[in-house]
Amino acid sequence: MSESAVRVGLVFPELLGTYGDRGNAITLVERLRRRGRPAELVEVAAGAALPDALDIYLLGGGEDDPQVVAATGLRASRNQLARAREGGAVVLAVCAGFQLLGHRYEARDGASMDGLGLVDATTVAGPDRCIGEVVVEPDPELGLPLLTGFENHGGRTTLGSESRPLGDVVVGHGNGNGVDGVRAERLIGTYLHGPVLPRNPALADLLLSWVVGELGPIDDTLPNALRTSRLDAALAHGVRRWWGERRIARG
Amino acid sequence: MLGIHPELLGELARDQRVVLVSATNGKTTTTHFLAAALRAADEPVVSNVTGANLASGLAAALDRAEGPGFAVLEVDERVLPRVVDALRPELLVLGNLSRDQLDRYGEVGSVTASWRAVAERRDAPSVVANSSDPAVVWAAEPAAPTWVALGARWRQDASTCPRCGELLSWTDVTFACANCGFGAPATVNRLEPGALVLGDRRLELDLALPGTWNEANAALAIAAAAKLGVDPVAAARAVTNIDTVSGRYAIHQLGDGRPARVLLAKNPAGWSEVLRFLSDRDSGVVIALNAHIADGRDPSWLWDVPFELLRGRSVAASGERALDVAVRLDYAGVPILVVPDALAAATRVEGSEVHIVASYTQFTALSRRLR
Repeated sequence: MSESAVRVGLVFPELLGTYGDRGNAITLVERLRRRGRPAELVEVAAGAALPDALDIYLLGGGEDDPQVVAATGLRASRNQLARAREGGAVVLAVCAGFQLLGHRYEARDGASMDGLGLVDATTVAGPDRCIGEVVVEPDPELGLPLLTGFENHGGRTTLGSESRPLGDVVVGHGNGNGVDGVRAERLIGTYLHGPVLPRNPALADLLLSWVVGELGPIDDTLPNALRTSRLDAALAHGVRRWWGERRIARG
Repeated sequence: MLGIHPELLGELARDQRVVLVSATNGKTTTTHFLAAALRAADEPVVSNVTGANLASGLAAALDRAEGPGFAVLEVDERVLPRVVDALRPELLVLGNLSRDQLDRYGEVGSVTASWRAVAERRDAPSVVANSSDPAVVWAAEPAAPTWVALGARWRQDASTCPRCGELLSWTDVTFACANCGFGAPATVNRLEPGALVLGDRRLELDLALPGTWNEANAALAIAAAAKLGVDPVAAARAVTNIDTVSGRYAIHQLGDGRPARVLLAKNPAGWSEVLRFLSDRDSGVVIALNAHIADGRDPSWLWDVPFELLRGRSVAASGERALDVAVRLDYAGVPILVVPDALAAATRVEGSEVHIVASYTQFTALSRRLR
């Protein structure tokens, strides 16, 4: 393994940065540096072509109009991203970014926007927004503990038969059908903001391990305390709601 | 959302010349400045300066009127379009729009569209608006406003053109859309460092209140006062001496004798101003964050604030979401104390003075405790 700097790419932050997803890039870079690994945050400005030499591509959430502009830019860079993926690059895509990995996004007015088709998924705008704390039980194969995040989106995402979700939704909505996100070779899509990586250090390290291999431990006292406090709050809320629905069902 | 019958609001406002002030940041102070400028001109004024900016707060302020006069009302960005029919304002004063409480308000675009619908009406009120904010320009344009260029310091929420959706290009001072031609409207009225140019006059702004953001608030208020017939020199004099806004900005003394001041910052645009203000001061900092409905339940915006600028400073995290703050500051390379109570935290940070920068519910609770 060479010791050249790991290049963490933040894709179109002006467009896909409405929900603090820059925090995912900060977290990855900092967790590498704390282990003595050189790392570099590379911001890919909107309007620029996506370089194909990044190690990690981070796509965040954004508003409707910026998402349309981001989709155009991403489609124009489809080949660069494909080359990077073949070379082993990792992708984390959140919310609008996750939707753009799929085949298309259909708005309420029927307008359809093409995505990258990198994963077998389609998103349709729902009648209302899903807003609140989320808990996801990840696919056991990932070897991750419960994930915590905050969602704020109107999309309902259906995965194709070949696609596997990131995990099951315990609290919240995720894709809108009991699961959240998508996972593929060195790729994760999710509706979890928060941002997701500061709240879930194990997920951050999983992504990094796909680039640099096994990682030693670092002091995670603060991130673990944050993760536990958000899980406690979300699960308590989930139990209260479940209990309320159960009482209504029983009359 | 109103919670109050529009007819009641209309009845209460009947004898008042109503001015509505709205913005994501600065609306309480701008309202306070404008009310002070009108009072200095011997006009009777009622105002909701405590920041009660929903329909109930507007009604309470209007109810205090003892006769015909001005009602200068701060209005929540979302509530503004819903009270225009009832209140029939003479003037709208529009400051800035950026991301705030995304969980409750939705994204900036929907607020912008709802304001524009008001400006497009044939009976639209007069408008004084900030020409440096693309969202405000798009919203206010149809009403042919009096523009004031307040300077564009926060642009992360204004990357695409509000008219056509393409990328906006920015220089240091202004914006333009290469695709459709949308851009900042031309105006001679502008804020310069420490001064407001209004028409052919130049008014010094030597404010008692801290921060360049308050110069922008003052500039907008003076322009609005001038629009209402007040002599701008007198208006400028009235705002410069104000040193507290219903408890905001007041300096308190800690148990150890050091001065402490509580500032409200509830979104990245507000925080970027606070960081600029703190940069040349020897101040300890307490960041007090809650995530109740009034604060916004999603504090993910912490990650869009360049807290790296606090490196080398003594900082503590407080409030119910202190851990969100602590993780953010830790990854920013700023060593951080976690002390749940903000006033206890203030005594623990170093510096010749302390600033407690608080989210909304922390800010109101601290203001009560310090009164």
